[in-house]
Formats: sequence, structure tokens, C-alpha cells
Amino acid sequence: MRHWRTGLFMAAPVLLGFIFLVLYPVVSVIRDSFTSYNPLSGEAAFIGVDNYTRLIQDETALEVAKNTLIFAAILVPVNMALALFLAVLLNLHFKGRTTFRAIFFSPVIVSTVAWTIVWKYILQDDGPLNYFIGLSGLEGNNWLRENPWPMISVVMVQVFKNLGMNMIFFLAALQGVPEEMYESSEIDGANRWQQFKKITLPFISPTILLVAILTIAGAFQVFAQVLLLTGGGPGLSTTVLSYYIFVNAFQIFDLGYASALAVCLFIFVMGLTIAQWQIRTRWVFREV
Amino acid sequence: MRSKGKKRHIRRNSKLTGWRLFGLYSLLLVMTIPFLFPTWWMFTASLKPIEEVFSFPESLIPNDFQISNYAEVFRLQPFLRQYWNSMSIALVVTLISVTISTMGGYAFARINFKWRSKLFIILLSALLMPAEVTLIPIFRLMVNTGLSDTFFPIILIPAFGAHAVVGLFLMRQFFLDFPTELEEAAEIDGLSRFRIFTKIALPLAGPAIASLAILSFLYSWNLFLEPLVFLTEPNKYTLPVVLPQFTDTYGAPIFNVQLAATSLSVIPVMIVFVMAQRHFIRGITMTGLKG
Repeated sequence: MRHWRTGLFMAAPVLLGFIFLVLYPVVSVIRDSFTSYNPLSGEAAFIGVDNYTRLIQDETALEVAKNTLIFAAILVPVNMALALFLAVLLNLHFKGRTTFRAIFFSPVIVSTVAWTIVWKYILQDDGPLNYFIGLSGLEGNNWLRENPWPMISVVMVQVFKNLGMNMIFFLAALQGVPEEMYESSEIDGANRWQQFKKITLPFISPTILLVAILTIAGAFQVFAQVLLLTGGGPGLSTTVLSYYIFVNAFQIFDLGYASALAVCLFIFVMGLTIAQWQIRTRWVFREV
Repeated sequence: MRSKGKKRHIRRNSKLTGWRLFGLYSLLLVMTIPFLFPTWWMFTASLKPIEEVFSFPESLIPNDFQISNYAEVFRLQPFLRQYWNSMSIALVVTLISVTISTMGGYAFARINFKWRSKLFIILLSALLMPAEVTLIPIFRLMVNTGLSDTFFPIILIPAFGAHAVVGLFLMRQFFLDFPTELEEAAEIDGLSRFRIFTKIALPLAGPAIASLAILSFLYSWNLFLEPLVFLTEPNKYTLPVVLPQFTDTYGAPIFNVQLAATSLSVIPVMIVFVMAQRHFIRGITMTGLKG
């Protein structure tokens, strides 16, 4: 094509940004992970796989990896199930559904920092949540200090923050299901639940895959919530990998070791994405 | 045709009635609590005297209005300056990322250039990249070039980094659905490919660009990790960095003042959202998840 120059020229700014701000950093983080780079102690020295052997022996890192997986394992199903449930409800015809959609979506536009600051107060031992639980005659919990609640609190604050995004993805998909498919199944005598299982779910499965990929990738990046809600504690109980990288890189300035941790995070996310992509043919019924 | 129309009427448009409708409303109202209450509580607590914030019984409306919390925000921090930092950075980021994502999105949707589909797949990998992974080398680069305590990385990363790819993806999706007839006519008239973009495609892309602009602005306005890492002087802070820092000399947060500052950062965005929620929600939907 004679237009290929124009095409590349127009795409160039984004492509260059990608090369310098995504591709180059990934390559150099891999390189740095084999060095002892620390800006406080001076230059970086090549130390081979030392950072990785240290990582395997680091009991903190193992605990952190476990926390990261627990966090994702709770967050992803809770977020997706609630988002789909709300999308199905808000796809029904009734007055005020746009208002409800806007309400559930509204935390998405609020900054994570603001959202987390407010929730930190709500979850205090003497905060409003425990007050209202107390009114109903039950005993509240020390949500941010007493295991296992801190982890659950961090997950739920994140779920409420970003649920609206997935809800909107699902709503858009639900609106694309052709009415005819329901009609013919109604003639066959299928009830609502059967219709949902046999028609709706298969039809929106490409969206479910995409939302799953994005939600899982997002779950591994949770950072501000941990920093501001619990500071990773009590103990290590809410320290997840992305937060541990931040602490090592920008508080201790052990950039070499932090790079090795970052490489692990990168492998985690890419591995899970590729795995999902590979198994999609088993349950995704259409191509997007 | 008639019977089909009737069936459609039965399923889709049948309004819920009676107990079912009541049940639905009750369920939804209960579910809105964790989404609405924080904003309400943030705003009301920001107007309370400090003793009342955690007092029992919890008051949903302040007993004593203390507007001075808001004056305190500006006394404790150069808040106006920080507000302006956030605002100006977000505007520059929006301007850049809208420009480059629109151009790039158009190129990927409409111009058949070399390696187009391969490049697109590679670009998409940016959507999954955790910011923590790429930040360490960028930090190192900025420190080495002396740009670390400036707005440069705070603008560069959201404008040209992974978020630009999100924008490109969004605009590509929009231009893919765009009718080809007009462009073909213009091509016959001898307009260059770039001119077709500026004269024909661009003027019709207004709504999509508005949605993208909103997304980019919010992304920059809410950015936390990067400014936290790069900026060290209070005069250069952006809002997300300063909000957690409303503390007394012992490092304990001053609840009501912190919540006043938080309200000041959230409320303008909320107002714009209430006015233009269609654009917000379409921006999200437009990312092409039509599945």
C-alpha cells in the first residue's frame, strides 16, 4: 500500500511511547534484576542470579506471593459475580435504572486515594461501620487490625471501587444478545435460569474472558489501598507483591532486588493471561 | 412480523410490577449503600468538629457545622498550588494523549500499513503491564537525567505510556465502525490520507474524542504511584499525593481537615460526572467490548 508511510507516521507517537515507556523498561528491569543496583550505595554491579536465589530463600517474599494469590483469588470472583449480577438486574426495564447504574459506577471516577482515605475512617474500630453494626445488636470487628479482616477489607474496598467498570462492560454485552434467541427458547419451554445459563452466558463469554483478563491483571497491581489502609499489616498479612516492590524499590532503594520481584510480577501476569487465552476455546463460544 | 413484535413486547418491555418491583428496588437500595455512603460520609464529616467525627451516636448530618475545616486545608498545605498542579498536568496529559491516540487509532483502523496487525497485538500487551514493573527503570532514567523532581515524568508516563495505548484501542474501535463512503469520495478527489483524517474523519469524531478526553483527564487527576515516587517538594505535589499528608506533628491524621481536602478533590469531578455521565459511561463501553 502506498499509504504505509502515512500510517506509520500517524501511529508513531504512540509506538515510540510504547517503546520507551513499556518495552525498554521491561527489558531493563530484566537486566537490572541481575545487578545489585542501589542508588544510595553507588553503582550497579553484575551479581548473576543472586537476587533470584535470595528471593527463593526470602520467607517474606514467599508470604507476599501467597498473599498476592489470596488477594486475587478473592477479588476476581467476587468482583465479577457481583458485577454480572448487577448488570443483569440493571438490564431489566424499570424506572430509575439509569440512576442506579450511575450510582454503582460513581466510585470508578473517584481517585483510589480519596476512596481509600474515606474507607479507612469507615472501617476504624470506633468508625461508622461498627457503629451501625452495633445498632443492630451485633458486635463489630477491628476491620483493619485483626486477621483475617484486613485482607477482606482491602479486597472489598477495591471491589466497591471498580465494580462499576465491569458492570458497564457486562451491560453492554447483555444488550447485544439478540432477542430472537430468547424467543425460540421460550417456545421450547426454557425458564429464566435455563435461558441465562444456555443463552446469555455463552453469548457474553467473550466479554467474560476480557473482563477476567483485565480484572486479574488489575488485581496484581493493587497498591494505594494497601499503602493507605493497612500499610501491608498487621505483620505481613496484607503485603502483596506490587506493594512489596514499592517498598523495596522506593523506600529501601534496593532496586536490584526490587527488579527481580518486578520480573516475577511480570511473569505472573503474563503467564495468567496466556493461560486464559489458551483455555478460552473450551468455554468461549464466539470470537469477539 | 406481528407475532414477533408481540413476543418482544412481552419479554423486554414488560415492566416489573407489584412485589417483584418492590423486591428489586429494596435489593438495589441496600446494595447502593457501600457505593454511596462513603461519599456522603466524607462530605458530612468534613464539616464536623473533630470531636464529632468519631462520636457516638454517629450523626448522618453534622450537629455543628464547622466550615473552618476548609480554611485549615489551605493553611496546612499550599493547597491552591497543588490543585493547580493537578489541574494543569491533567490538561496537558489530556491534550497530548487525545492527539496521539486519535491519530494512532485512526491509522490502525483505516490505513493499511506494514506490520499493522502484529504491531497492534504487541501494543495490547501494554494494557496488562503493571506500573510497578516499568517504573523502576524509568525512575532510574529520570534520576540520571535530573528530571526526577519535575512534572516531566508525571506528564510523560500517563500521556505516552500504557494509557496512550488504551486511548488508541478506544479510538481504533470508533473508527472501525465509521462509514467508508465519505473517505472514498475524498480519496477520488485527490486528498492525501492525512488530509482525509483531518478534514473528514476528525470533525465527525467529536463524541468519541470527548469520552477519551474525560478518561485521560481522570487518569491523570487520579494518578498516585508516579507522583508519589517522583515528587518530593510539597509545592510540586499533586492532589492524590497530598491528601494522605494532612497530619498533626505526630503523624496522626487530622480527620476532618483531611476529609475536607478529599472532598475538595472529589466534588468537582462528581459534579462533572453527574452532568455528563453519558459520556463517561460511553467512554468505557466504547473500548470495544461489544461481545
